[in-house]
Amino acid sequence: MWLIDSSIGRKLIMSISGVFLVLFLLFHATMNIVVIISPAGYNKICEFLGTNWYALVGTAVLAGGFVIHILYALYLTWQNMRARGTQGYAVTKNQKSVEWSSQNMFVLGLIVFGFLCLHLYNFWFHMQYAELAGVKEAFAPADGASFVQALFSNKIYCVIYIVWLCALWFHLTHGVWSALQTVGLNNKTWLPRVKVISTIISTIVVLMFMSIPVYYLLGLGSCSCC
Amino acid sequence: MEKSINVTLKIWRQAGPKVKGNFEIYKLDNVSTDSSFLEMIDILNEQLIKERKEPIAFDHDCREGICGMCSMYINGQPHGPDGEITTCQLHMRNFHDGQTITVEPWRSAAFPVIKDLMVDRGAFDKIIQAGGFVSINTGGIPDGNAIPIGKNVADEAMDAASCIGCGACVATCKNGSAMLFVSAKVSQLALLPQGRVEAAHRAKLMVAKMDELGFGNCTNTGACEAECPKNVSISHIARLNREYLSAKFQD
Repeated sequence: MWLIDSSIGRKLIMSISGVFLVLFLLFHATMNIVVIISPAGYNKICEFLGTNWYALVGTAVLAGGFVIHILYALYLTWQNMRARGTQGYAVTKNQKSVEWSSQNMFVLGLIVFGFLCLHLYNFWFHMQYAELAGVKEAFAPADGASFVQALFSNKIYCVIYIVWLCALWFHLTHGVWSALQTVGLNNKTWLPRVKVISTIISTIVVLMFMSIPVYYLLGLGSCSCC
Repeated sequence: MEKSINVTLKIWRQAGPKVKGNFEIYKLDNVSTDSSFLEMIDILNEQLIKERKEPIAFDHDCREGICGMCSMYINGQPHGPDGEITTCQLHMRNFHDGQTITVEPWRSAAFPVIKDLMVDRGAFDKIIQAGGFVSINTGGIPDGNAIPIGKNVADEAMDAASCIGCGACVATCKNGSAMLFVSAKVSQLALLPQGRVEAAHRAKLMVAKMDELGFGNCTNTGACEAECPKNVSISHIARLNREYLSAKFQD
């Protein structure tokens, strides 16, 4: 099977799963923004994406996307370390044109994954999982706005989430254009443009996500008017 | 303006492929800044021979930047600190008096060290043998205007063809990937009508050989492009991906 046996095939899987995850992030961030505009509307979305069959299927497909992306990252990184050889260079110099993030995608991925586990525990475990398992939580499973407000009333969590999103930004700035390059959608004229598009997409995603902890950090989410 | 500098050289010495290597320190005085880096190594070797020591083995051939034989990793950069040149075109004016210069061989699992600074780049030849040629009969020489080729296409093919196969891309890549080399060799033929006929077949064979020889997977860092003495662009890698993927999806 060439998708697994060839280097370009493996890279194709990496890029397709990556693009899928970026599309998910855009979808996720768009919904999150609603919690600032209208907590009641946000709860409607939480209810809509609760434990219905389509939400569960979606979650399973999404988890599959993450597993493929992570397993291939491990496999490719291991292969690449082997290809580098046992003897390293005594002196290495970084080139100006090489982005720092591109050299550290695996480490950035690990950071993103670590915080992802925390994030799943913070929300998914108390919402969709609790509803499935029938565990009683502090708030109703569909009362997402209360979960968000409870978590971000802790300033440390706000900061943790902001740091996490910074790592995600670095990962995406390289990831998006790299995925396009791997599927072959690039040439000399488009190379700089694709890089700009990549930066714009990652900035939009991260700013949308980041607006929520920042909003609560500034104390705007706990006022009595809403 | 000519002047002389004194340098300290920290050079990788390794007696053979299976032997453990180590750095040796050499002092070299009164090196003309107008001499090339390889001339400087020649002077050092003469000095070593006079001292009845083993001279340093290194690859070199044309010494005018077109054969792709010279291959030193100088102060953390393939072909040294100057841009868009090979080691033979590097001059001592790029170094200052009293500087310590570290010289290492290309390091990559696919390029084993033969001796000292020489590495076996036969893997590149094997990739070319797998498909880097035109095997169909293209007939006699056609009239110059019979098959019009756009200037931009011709330029792109020519830029790809400027690859001399020195291996700097593999040496500098954190993944030990040969994608820049393979993509240049695939592009130079795929862009022109004679090579276009076998383009899909060629991409599949060359990539399969590249993977078989233990080169890494490209992660698009662009370090290869930055260190390439011929400035081959990573846009050729996108073309190789395109050629390979469309060939595989057509199967």
